[in-house]
Amino acid sequence: MSKKSMPIEKGHIMMFARAIGDENPIYYDEEYAQDRLGGIIAPPTFIQSAAQFNPDNPLRPKIGEPWFGSGKTPTGIEKKENESKDSASTNMLHAEQHFEYHQPLKPGDVLTPEVTEGEKWEKESKRAGLLKFSESITKYFNQDNELVITARSVGVVTEKVVEN
Amino acid sequence: MIDVNNMKVGDTFEEVIVDNLTRTQIVQYAGVSGDYNPLHTDEIFTTQVAGYPTVFAHGMLTMGMTGKMLTNLVGDDKLKNFGVRFTSQVWPGDTLKTKAKIISIEKNTDNVLVNFELVTENQNNIPVVTGTATALI
Repeated sequence: MSKKSMPIEKGHIMMFARAIGDENPIYYDEEYAQDRLGGIIAPPTFIQSAAQFNPDNPLRPKIGEPWFGSGKTPTGIEKKENESKDSASTNMLHAEQHFEYHQPLKPGDVLTPEVTEGEKWEKESKRAGLLKFSESITKYFNQDNELVITARSVGVVTEKVVEN
Repeated sequence: MIDVNNMKVGDTFEEVIVDNLTRTQIVQYAGVSGDYNPLHTDEIFTTQVAGYPTVFAHGMLTMGMTGKMLTNLVGDDKLKNFGVRFTSQVWPGDTLKTKAKIISIEKNTDNVLVNFELVTENQNNIPVVTGTATALI
């Protein structure tokens, strides 16, 4: 397994379905799923949990490294005076997410992502100040090198805090 | 579940995808998805450092719950495309409803391609997610 590949696991799918409040047995009941689709499949947005297998995921605490969430103090990372707000990851929000499905995801699959940076653009907003958008496209290939899902994500960095 | 023989353009379907969203559900989503951004689960960081009134849900949790409405409507392994824009934040206590409207139907010999326009709204009728989906049924 290469360091960035993502094994699709039955227990992970079950917990994901629970987290989105989806009781559909196709996501956990092997017998039920066997009769219908030949086995368990993953929910349409499950691929997002590929973040668990990204060794560089900046939104997962790393052992022995300071974390920006609270502990003894409200944040574990002190901001330097001249540091821009962007760098603290607190202003990065998810603006858009698009999925194109080529094949269902099944337990046992091992996916490998191929990431391409997309466009970058800016927009002025009354609510949040200057908005900086950036796009990334990830193609997920399975163990047979077949394209399974194409994901396009747009992130936005806002100048001000957004409260609806 | 949608009735493929009796559906028409303009038909709209809806489902409450979460009633009174809890912080615990947001924690569940953080744990399973691997997005541990403290903005979603850490009240002290979110209010005192980031300056928000409280923690808020991952956009992808709302998309995931919106997807549940879609798969309940069109069936399993039928979606070809699913895309959304996150238009407003989702807070603990929110109740969300997804509406899916048929905007086009293409009949083929052995299946039907259906395009939907989607909106998920909170209890104040503010759209939190808008998007589109295509199903091959």
